[in-house]
Amino acid sequence: MPDLIGLLSYGTFFLVFATIFALVVLGLNLQWGFTGLFNVGVAGFVAIGAYTSALITAPDYPDQLGGLGLPIPLGWLGAMATSGIAAFIIGVAALRLRHDYLAIATFGVAVTLQLVALNAKGLTGGPFGLQFIPKPFAEVIDDNLAWNVTYLAVAAALLGLSYVALERLVRSPWGRVLRAIREDETAAESLGKRAFRFRLQAFVIGCMLMGLGGALYAHFVGYIAPEDFLPILTFQLWTMLIVGGSGNNRGAILGAFVVWALWTLSGNALREIVPSEYQARAATLQVVLIGLLLMLILLLRPRGLLGEETVVSRHMRDEAADTAEE
Amino acid sequence: MLQLVADGFIIGSVIALGAIGVTLVYSILRFANFAHGELLTWGAYLAWTALIGIVAVWGPAEPLGPFSFGWPLLVALAVSAVATAALALLVDRLLFRQLRRHGNAITLIMASFGAALVLRNLLQFIYGAVPEYYSREIQVAIRLVPRDVLGGLRITPDQLFVLGLTAVSVVGLHIFLTRTTVGKAMRATSVNPQLARVTGIDVDRVIRATWIIGAVLAAVAGVFSGLTVQLRPQLGLDLLLPLFAAAILGGIGSVYGAVVGGLIVGLAESLSVPLVGAEYRAATAFVVLIAILLIRPTGLFGERT
Repeated sequence: MPDLIGLLSYGTFFLVFATIFALVVLGLNLQWGFTGLFNVGVAGFVAIGAYTSALITAPDYPDQLGGLGLPIPLGWLGAMATSGIAAFIIGVAALRLRHDYLAIATFGVAVTLQLVALNAKGLTGGPFGLQFIPKPFAEVIDDNLAWNVTYLAVAAALLGLSYVALERLVRSPWGRVLRAIREDETAAESLGKRAFRFRLQAFVIGCMLMGLGGALYAHFVGYIAPEDFLPILTFQLWTMLIVGGSGNNRGAILGAFVVWALWTLSGNALREIVPSEYQARAATLQVVLIGLLLMLILLLRPRGLLGEETVVSRHMRDEAADTAEE
Repeated sequence: MLQLVADGFIIGSVIALGAIGVTLVYSILRFANFAHGELLTWGAYLAWTALIGIVAVWGPAEPLGPFSFGWPLLVALAVSAVATAALALLVDRLLFRQLRRHGNAITLIMASFGAALVLRNLLQFIYGAVPEYYSREIQVAIRLVPRDVLGGLRITPDQLFVLGLTAVSVVGLHIFLTRTTVGKAMRATSVNPQLARVTGIDVDRVIRATWIIGAVLAAVAGVFSGLTVQLRPQLGLDLLLPLFAAAILGGIGSVYGAVVGGLIVGLAESLSVPLVGAEYRAATAFVVLIAILLIRPTGLFGERT
């Protein structure tokens, strides 16, 4: 039954991408959903992770730096580290100021990284990008579908781990401080919480998840190029978070799957309907459609599919349950 | 050296005109408008459309004196300024006004980010991705300074036109903001919106005036960019970072700061070319931005944080 296998293969392919996006959207949710930090350079931080992991793990590249050939887990850790360091530098510069400044500074990160990726041929391979990024377990599993499923399992495990960790974090006192700062910074400061520090921590952790997402992407596809990390990626990820419901980790994951499904389906539909000579123009319509979706959600249902939970502490929830029983 | 400075002032003029719009919207509507770059692109392309229309009806015109363009481009510029202002008002009515009612400032930024992508892709859908030009005439640059003085200076009449019209626009805006009632109301709203409302200033009118001024200057800047470089759908996106850097460098809310900031960013971009190469000139704006955030976040002429 070749059709079923083809469908299954396509299905796992779709799920791996959605899982990676969900991981990045979780990072974005920590920044925006819980802390109110507006990061417009998500694609830039994803790119840092992807390029770092590729340079650490790939075999020696001729005529350029990198290609250290180290084990893949080291690449993933390195990806998180470099994304985190970049976030730290930007955070120190912009997080003391009004939120707009972070938006503008992160936008600058994305633009500058795009330039570096395109032009620093000795480091990033220029417009052709980096190839031969090793695929984990590829030497053990040669069947394509089986490998896709294995990679899906790895990505899903990392997503699950991040979800559990983030749920614990945002329900901890630390997470409550983040939301307190988001809602009323002056009040939080008057209680002795140093808003800048908490913001910086949340920003760096969120960007580390984005870097990990980028690394997972690089090792799944096997090659990366500057055009994989255009502003449209940032926009897609934002739409995922807003549609799913910012401030809710399950909403972030749900949004990633829903929006990626819509994006893939609308792309397929346009490819089917539109004659091939107009395909490039039709692709721009796809972005317009997703943009309208985002604006409609912002206008009509700003809380997204799953809104933020109002109960912030499990102790309070227990009390609420107790009073209900009485 | 002189040549680089002159080039910097020309790109700086475009940045300054765009940055005025960014800083006005930021100080009066209180959000960083990521869609402002698209107003430049739309302004440039609307002028191109008007130009084609004029030439189709009245036939091609002789170039005016030493310039590469004739009267049709000047008319097209005026048409485009009106149309771009209408576009800005439309986006505000459909999107930003609804969000102002029950949203906060960050929702507005995000909406502007979405609006930017929609506007850009819509433009690319209509016009395609191939670069266009207002005129394919080759212009001979005038030598203003001989080659043996600081490397010499050559400048095209079109570039002089850009510098001149930028100066006229800034002086005109200055007179508008200091002499007219709406201009004064705009300055008052930017300093203290609550107090402005209490004293009976029609805030909706101020907001409309802000969009119109920002869009008209954006259209002029877009046409200048199309005139001195070329028309591309990414024209505004590529200028967005310099626009923000200029607005912050000058101090948010300060029109004159935006002009000075624009010229400085333009100069920095131009002077960085021999150091880092032309491919990284766009990153100069980012370096300026991070430096100003670290050293003096209120900018050169800013008072508030």
